[in-house]
Amino acid sequence: MVTISVNGMPPKTQPVDRKYFEDDVKAFEKEHPKIKIDAREGQMDPKTFSAKLAGGQLEDVYYVYFTDPAGLIQRRQGAAITDYVKNTPRVKDIKPEYLKVFTGPDGKLYGLPNGQYSLGLIYNRALFKKAGLDPDKPPTTWEGVRAAAKKITALGDGTVGYADYSKNNQGGWHFTSWVYSMGGDIAAQKDGKWKAAFDSKAGHDALQMLHDMRWTDNSMGTRQLLQIDDVQKMMGSGKLGMYMAGPDNIPTIVKQFEREYSEYGVAAMPGKATLGGGNGFMFNPKASPEKIEAGIEWVLWKYLNPDRTEFEDKRASGNDVPIGLPLDRLFNGAAETEQDRAHEKYANVPQENYEPFVERNALLDQKVEPPNAQQIYTVLDGVMQAVLTKKDADLDQLLVDASKKVDTILATVR
Amino acid sequence: MNNPSRRRRRLSEHLVAYSFLGAGVLCFALFSWYPIVRGWLLGFQEVTFSQPATWVGWDNYRRLFADPLFVTAWKNTGYFTLLALVFGFAAPFLTAVVLNEFRHARSYLRMTVYLPVMLPPIVTMLLWRWFYDPGPGLFNNVLETFHLPAQQWLESENISMISLVLVSTWANMGTTTLIYLAALGSIPGEVYEAAELDGASIRQRLWHVTIPQMRFILMITLLLQIIGTMQVFIEPYVLTGGGPDDATVTVLLLLYRYAFVYNDFGMASAMSTVLFIVLGLFAAVYLRLTRGKG
Repeated sequence: MVTISVNGMPPKTQPVDRKYFEDDVKAFEKEHPKIKIDAREGQMDPKTFSAKLAGGQLEDVYYVYFTDPAGLIQRRQGAAITDYVKNTPRVKDIKPEYLKVFTGPDGKLYGLPNGQYSLGLIYNRALFKKAGLDPDKPPTTWEGVRAAAKKITALGDGTVGYADYSKNNQGGWHFTSWVYSMGGDIAAQKDGKWKAAFDSKAGHDALQMLHDMRWTDNSMGTRQLLQIDDVQKMMGSGKLGMYMAGPDNIPTIVKQFEREYSEYGVAAMPGKATLGGGNGFMFNPKASPEKIEAGIEWVLWKYLNPDRTEFEDKRASGNDVPIGLPLDRLFNGAAETEQDRAHEKYANVPQENYEPFVERNALLDQKVEPPNAQQIYTVLDGVMQAVLTKKDADLDQLLVDASKKVDTILATVR
Repeated sequence: MNNPSRRRRRLSEHLVAYSFLGAGVLCFALFSWYPIVRGWLLGFQEVTFSQPATWVGWDNYRRLFADPLFVTAWKNTGYFTLLALVFGFAAPFLTAVVLNEFRHARSYLRMTVYLPVMLPPIVTMLLWRWFYDPGPGLFNNVLETFHLPAQQWLESENISMISLVLVSTWANMGTTTLIYLAALGSIPGEVYEAAELDGASIRQRLWHVTIPQMRFILMITLLLQIIGTMQVFIEPYVLTGGGPDDATVTVLLLLYRYAFVYNDFGMASAMSTVLFIVLGLFAAVYLRLTRGKG
């Protein structure tokens, strides 16, 4: 008998999700009589992670965002699981780009993904209509976004056409996505060494577009230094036309601000590429092999189990749990088809509103975050802030200065 | 007269005293001194918490001093402290002097001045965020009423730090005002009466009676304020995130980033040791001053 502690349990404020989770624990324990689950709320929180690890309080299986694994692996704060999963066929069905997020420089696997999103544009369909735009045909280029933002801003009454983040590392995260969409890169490897790569045409074009929307068109509002919850609030209050986000933002806005799913659409990222993010699970480096084995079994059963998708969707439908958002496309081939079929059958959100996203997103390059992402984002926050708060910002100088800083950060990548 | 039973009694009396003292020392050692010493040691280590820490010598300090933000953070913190002294030192003193003159509604006014201190800091920050909002915010609306140009309170590199100091002053001046009021109350009334009889004006009374009488307390609050404002964190963390363009990155905000965003506890500890040394200097001056008065 082995007991494993796992986190990722929904809080009591989400009673439906919480009950499903508890039911799943019971079902899993019934199917696996030798494993007992000690479930806890929460996920990997950088504020408490080190203290928990140092004090022996870290769960055996812990939830992480895609930004975390690289640093955790570098600091040897996760257990390698390659040997445990080498004979597990389902792991081979997971799209390699998401497994790569959990792969260390030594080629070993350190975790499993369980959720995924690609950044796109969330937009307010009513404002599109009001501004004379077709909500079924959202913009596919940044020029199109700029034109639409102008029209939406022209509606007046404090309406903002497009908003973006520039605080607490979220500005850097979005600037990265801007550069990707313009066909550029944030960091590139040359002769085995990482170097900043955004002092490029793509970097310049991204800044120029942001600058022009902010200062020439005045379509980005006057208040800056925003972060995700500020922008969600603007979208929830019906005063914002578009912002860059993953489709997983929609349920948050709908629930938090008591809106309807039908009010929002999602478009794919304009341009050539998009940034993909997500979450997954890693394993405590101090856990015993039996616990790691049991932990992998739990993650595969609960989160990466196409055979259970239909059951889960059926159970959730009609219970205020959104089904059918264009998310979590982690699997290849047959497994993906099986999941898509189930989602379509039980969809309770207007899937036609997400068609512009689904159709174009498949054509875009999916890129992940650069190494040492959080440190780099701190620097790039400054770039976003300068462009959005200084009308006469020297765009080229900003890129040169930030590149130098990022080069020093990248020099520490092992 | 030193008979054995008396000595025993005295020893047992001391034993009780020592055991109380011992418990106190133990608590201090465990919760205060040990973390401080551990912090110093961490500054010389690479810490992962999954494996034993490795000694890296002065590596963390070298990396720290090489970080361009390190200098920026100290400059910004110095600027904040200076501004905080200009606003935060004068404002409570003047408020206390004015309040002291009121004969009626004195307790009501004191409570009103103290009210902001009772607000949870996060509520204060959110309230001021609305004041500063360049769109529907209070301040710009007031400026607009007087046909004055709207300001980018938090978004302009030039005034964002001043904006943060204003919040900090508003939120914290209640406590200092009460200290000043207490000190003012302890100045003997006869001194003022004598000055009045000599025909001293209000300004002269302030200059020749109040300030000299309060010199010591003013010096102490000045030092405490320097120590307090150098640890500014929540204002830039909530209101600007260190922006725009690093204009409000403070020492503690940078330390927080090292520890909890980059999970680099070695660097964070090195930074906190540097901060400890700087604050220690001010604390030494404070101790010296108070010892004289003790």
